[in-house]
This record gives sequence, structure tokens and C-alpha cells, in this order.
Amino acid sequence: MTEYLIKNGFVFDPVLKLKGEKADVAIRDGKIVETTEVKKPKVIDASGMTVMAGGVEIHAHIAGPKVNSGRIFRPEDKLFNTVPVKKNMRAQGGFSIPTTYKTGYAYAQLGYTTAMEAAMPPLFARHVHEEMRDTPILDEGAYPVFGNNWFVLEYIKNREVENTAAYIAWLLRATKGYAVKSVNPGGTEAWGWGLNCLQVNDPVPYFDVTPDEITRGLIEANEYLGLPHSLHIHGNNLGNPGNYTTTLDTLKAASGQKAKNKFGRETILHHTHVQFHSYGGDKWANFESKAREIIDYINKHKNITADVGFVTLDETTTMTADGPFEYHLSQLNHLKWVNADVELETAAGVVPYVYSPDIFVCGVQWAIGLEIALLAKDPMRVFISTDHPNAGPFTRYPRILKWLMSAKAREEQIKAFKQSDKVVNSSEIAGIDRELDLYEVAAMTRAGPAKCLGLSHLYGSLKPGVDGDVAVYDFNPEKEHTPDQIEKAFSSVKYLFKRGEKIIDNHEIVSHGNKRTLWVDVKVNENLQVMRDIQEKFMKYYTVTLGNYEVHGRHFIPNPFALEVDATR
Amino acid sequence: MSTVTLVAKAKPQLFLEMESVTPDAFAGKKASDIAELPVYEGNTTLRLADFFEVRGDGGTTAADTKIVIKGDATRLKYVGMRMTAGEIEVEGSIDQYVGAWMEGGRIHVHGNTDAFTGVGMKGGEILIDGNAGNYLGAAYRGDWRGMQGGRIHVKGNAGSDIGYYMNGGTIVVEGDVDVHVGSHMDGGRIVIKGNAKSKVGGQMVTGEIFILGTLEVMMPGFIYRKDVDIEVEGVNGKFALFEGDTAERHPKKKGQTVYGRLYLKV
Repeated sequence: MTEYLIKNGFVFDPVLKLKGEKADVAIRDGKIVETTEVKKPKVIDASGMTVMAGGVEIHAHIAGPKVNSGRIFRPEDKLFNTVPVKKNMRAQGGFSIPTTYKTGYAYAQLGYTTAMEAAMPPLFARHVHEEMRDTPILDEGAYPVFGNNWFVLEYIKNREVENTAAYIAWLLRATKGYAVKSVNPGGTEAWGWGLNCLQVNDPVPYFDVTPDEITRGLIEANEYLGLPHSLHIHGNNLGNPGNYTTTLDTLKAASGQKAKNKFGRETILHHTHVQFHSYGGDKWANFESKAREIIDYINKHKNITADVGFVTLDETTTMTADGPFEYHLSQLNHLKWVNADVELETAAGVVPYVYSPDIFVCGVQWAIGLEIALLAKDPMRVFISTDHPNAGPFTRYPRILKWLMSAKAREEQIKAFKQSDKVVNSSEIAGIDRELDLYEVAAMTRAGPAKCLGLSHLYGSLKPGVDGDVAVYDFNPEKEHTPDQIEKAFSSVKYLFKRGEKIIDNHEIVSHGNKRTLWVDVKVNENLQVMRDIQEKFMKYYTVTLGNYEVHGRHFIPNPFALEVDATR
Repeated sequence: MSTVTLVAKAKPQLFLEMESVTPDAFAGKKASDIAELPVYEGNTTLRLADFFEVRGDGGTTAADTKIVIKGDATRLKYVGMRMTAGEIEVEGSIDQYVGAWMEGGRIHVHGNTDAFTGVGMKGGEILIDGNAGNYLGAAYRGDWRGMQGGRIHVKGNAGSDIGYYMNGGTIVVEGDVDVHVGSHMDGGRIVIKGNAKSKVGGQMVTGEIFILGTLEVMMPGFIYRKDVDIEVEGVNGKFALFEGDTAERHPKKKGQTVYGRLYLKV
């Protein structure tokens, strides 16, 4: 394979503690190597530019049935933005729910090389994998959802951690999943009875288990197995005024517990899109930010990580396995909606949403996202996300960087709100003058997510031995920049390498790379009870047979990459 | 005002997508530059000059520019799409999406238009001397933002699904209309001087529909309120006022529920 030497760039790498020092980065055989180990490299002159590892997306909805439902029922999302076939590129379209090809290209153009699909309904894992297969460039994995799964609810009710763990191991293998995801634990199942679990102690109908018990049970099973990623949770009561207390209750499930794994992960609970879970007030009229309460708790508890879910003030498409939430959202904005039940496993909803800068609540939501990131003390534990496409499309990351890196940019946006005074009075954003630097950005977008995913041996850094994923931005950190120059520089990477292959050359896509699908292969002791339960539930309840359920073969995963875990005792 | 005349000289094999034919795109351009503007036939990009003889230069601004299309226009789509000012005159009949998402200015079609005329229109005026097709002043597929402003006047008849998801502006049809009028309508006004068939105002939230001729079948979600004497589009008379669609949600204003209003001439 071609050797590369990326010379004289300003390198930002929290793992190597490089804070913009000029350094050279060498790539050989798809890996980062010492600069002395390349013999006849192609030299990339990165002088005056910013060099980082490839970005790692920890939470986005980019493949599978609910993304596709969004695409199908929102043809207007592709209006005026389709791009015909170009050299090296397939046709593209869509803004908030882009086509698979656009998803791959657009992440690459932002300097990202890895992305995780945040909610895979196990029954439709095949669909998720087919879409990931058709998303070029990126290494991808998907998190199957467990928080409303009948097996899990029963095993947790009976406090059978070994059975929960054995079932998780089986499902990760059957669906080629990456991590344990829990969405509105218990609440989505309760939705089948027309109910919800808004608080962590609300019992799930029939199963008679609570969200708190589900969360604790899943954390226990996750650490019993020693999976690369921690439990990845979307807590109860998302999106409602006053929900921050529920969020604190959810986070308390992690207290006093330590991570057990061989992947270098030190945290045991990842709370996703905390922006949606940091709301005060008790109705929309007195809606206010409780970002400080949430981020203070996260700052103090080092076994928790979070991603933000920044509101980008765009027209977008919300989609989540939180079925009841999507129904309530459709009753608020009266737009079209999709709601679906997934047999024994989960549910989902999709609703278009316009985050308008003219609406007070949207302004406060915008402020909350930024407050969380700006008040975070450890950028290795708080990550950048838009919960794409829920709070906005991921293509807005450069705009988020602008807001995070420039107090002036935030001031301009606050002034542009129609109800500027109300937004300022209901949040702290106007009083925060912190501006993030690129070292912190590199932690929040690369090193942090990679570590939390148990993937720091592959991604998130430029230390010798990790994958040759490198992004070079035409941005000189020693110069002054206007807010719009920041946004522009991070919108289009100048060079991008994925596993040592040049993907973007001078802002142009030159290769589709050779993407991999990441999954976690866990060995556990033979568990006859769980195997019998699986057989029985498929016989009795599922509409498909086991043979039509499992994901296997090159059709679904042409290029698998398994992280192996031995959890036998 | 400067006039640019496009004289059809070749008939496209397929349909031509002509979103570059607007006063906005022509303004500030010489005839020779206008002739180079792109048009799309299937997946092939061609030049305006491949199908039209271009006579006259554009004005300095869109408001200053008038476009006249002579000859067969029945295979032209998207003429006047997203225009903000100026004028377009089509001497014959034209295909779909005339004045789609138009924001200002004026379009006059001497013949008929096909479907999606004035779809998502925000402002300006469209005058059709002949008949209009389906989805007049409607929303684009999937969108909930149909016609939002401006005025469409059809001297002949109109097809089905006119004013679908309309939420502003005025549509006047002097002749008859087919089924589905103002479905999901939430604002705006539709005036039908001729006769309507059925499914008028289905899932209508707010807005007004006037029928001066007959209505074959009233939707069951509409309730008769009272007779009123009013003037609409130059016609005075007594109308039966119905409110609905009661099967749909309705906003409240000052404690009162606001319904869609359907006026039927008595």
C-alpha cells in the first residue's frame, strides 16, 4: 500500500497530548507508524493546516427502517438538493435524511471516518446492514435496542444476570450488533398498552419491572460480558419540560460501579442526546434550561459519558425508538407521523420538525446544547452530536463548532432570535464566554468517542499502531478567524485518509475506500435456558423464523470486523 | 421592460425541464447568454438554444424582464419556477409545474396548464385563460406547505386536488372542478364559480371555500351554520355557510374554535 507522510501540520491529539504542535504523521499499510518507518512516502504538505485523527460519530440515525421511513414519507426533504452522478461519486439527495451515499460522502467531507447507527431494531437488522453496506467510506456499527425487549424484561425481572448476558451475546451475534442500546426503557413497551414510563420507577405493564431496574440490569450484564462500549441509554421522559430530574434519576443507576473490560473503556453509562433531557419548567410557557444541573452531575461522576444532541435550528426529521414521544410530538406540531411496533422488541416513530429561531422553546433548546458542551469539564467524556437527524442533520457540525469556538458567533445567533430576551432569561448561554479550542474539539469528536466505544486501539488518535484515519483541515489555528471562516474550514476537509487510503484529495472525493462493519462477537458459557427461550419465543410469537432473522453472509456484511470478547466463566 | 421572446424551433423527444426560464435568470443577460442557459431532457443537459430561438435581451432586473414563449410549449415543465418578479407570457398551452414555488411577478398562459401549476406558490399572480390540471396551487409531494400567498385565476375548468394543503393566497376557478378541493387546507381562499363534485374541504382545518354553482356531495364532516349575504369575486348573493371538517383538529382563537368555512350559493 502507498505510504504517506503528512508534513508540518498543526496536530491536535488528546491521546498524544499534542495541542497544535507542528508534527509529521506517517501512514504505512493502513496504519499510523513512526515517521522513521516510511521509506518512500508520498508527501502531503500540511503546513498552515490542522491535522487530526478521523472523526468518530457515536450516535446518529443513518441506516435502517426508521431512517428509510423518513426518506419514503418525506420526498420534500430531497426537493432542490439532489446532486447528479459526478466523477467518483454516485447520485446524492436529501437534507435531514440523506441517501446512503450522501451520508458516506458528507461524513467524509467533515473529516469523519467512523459512524455508529444508534438504534437497530433487531428484527430489521438485515435492513440496517444493507444500508450500512451501501454507505461508502465509513467504518460503521449498529446498536441493537434492548431496553424494551421481552427477553430482557423477563430476565431482569427475575434478576438473572447470566441469562440477560447470554441473551445479549446471542443477539449481538444474530444481528451483528455493536453495543447495548436502551431507548426509553420500559416506556416503549408500555406504549403497546397506550401508556408510557415517564419516571424511572413507573412499572412496565404486564412485565412489572421498572426503567430503573432495566437500566441497572443492563449495566450489570454489559459489565458481566465486558463489552467494548458501555450501556448506551436514551432515558425516559425525553423532550418534556421538567424532565431533568428523570435524567438525574437515570444517571444515578451508574453510581458506584466500575467498568470491567479489556478495551480501555473506563465508563459504564453513556447517556445520549442529553440536551433533550435537560429541561426545566413544568409547561412550555415556563420552559427553561437545566443544563447546569445535568452537566454538573456528569462532571462529578467519572464513570458516565454523554453526547449532546445540539439543536441546529433547521427543518429536520425526528426519529426514535421512543414511540410514545413521537406520537406526542405529532400532536404538538400536527405534521405527518409514522409509528410502528416491532413485535417483541421495540417500536419507533418518525415526525418532521422545524426548529424555528422564531420560537422561544427552540431557542432555549439551542442554548441548552451549547451550555452542556461549554460547561463540560472533561471533553473526553462529553461528545459532539446532533442525534442526527433529531436535533439537526450531522452536516451542521461545522456550524456547531463555530458556536462552540466563538462567543461572538453565539452572540450573533442570540440576537437573531425573535424572542431573544426570553431565551436569554430562560438559559445561561449569554453569560458563558468560554470558547473551545481544537484540542478540546479533538477530544469531543475523536479521542473521547473512540475511548468510550472501546475502539481507542483503532481510532481517535494518531499514535503509531492505530488505523491510518487522518483528516487535514485548511485551518491555521495560529491565525484569527471570523465565525464564518471557522464554519467554512470545517465544512470541507482538504485531505482525508481512511485506513491509509486517500479518500479526499484537495476537497474532492477520490475513493469509496473499503468500509468495514464493526460488530462484537462474545463467547459465553453454553446457556440451555436462554437457547430454549429463544426457540420458544420464535415458535410462539415472532412472525419470522430464526433462519430468516439472523444476519449472516456476504450479502449483508461484505467486510465484517469482529471485536472478540471472551466472557466464559 | 425588456422582452425576451423564445420561439420554439425543435420539439423535445421527452419533456424539457426549464427551471432556468425565469425573469430572475434572464435579467442582466444578453440574448446570446440566455441561449446558453441549461435545460434538461431526461438525464441530459442541453442548451435553451437547442430548442428555441432567443430574441431580445433581459432587463437589468427580474422586475424589468418579460419572457414570451411562442410555439408549442406542451412539453415544457417548471417554466417560471421560483421566480420573484417580472412577467412570463405563454402563448399556447404548457405542461406541469408552471410558476411552481413562485414568489412574485406575473405569469399569463393563454392556453391550458397541466398539473402542479403554482405548487407551493408564495406570491405573485398566475392567470390561465384555458383550463388548469390537477394539484393547482397544491403542495409538493409530501410537503405540508401548499400555496401560501399570491393569486391564481383560471378562466376555464380545473382538475382534481386543487388547493391541496393550501395555507394562504387565493385560487379562483371560473369553470368547474373535479374531486378533492382544499384537502388539508389551513388558510387561504378557493372560489369556484362553476360546479364542484365531491370531497370538498376534506380534513380542512381553516380557510374558505366558495362554490357558486352546485356541489354534488357534501362531506359528512361539514355542519350547516347559517345563511349569509356576502360578495365574493364580484358576485353578490346569499350563501349557506358550513363549517368543518369536524373530523379534523381545529385551532382556538380567543376561546372560540376556528373551523374551515365552506360557502354554498343558495
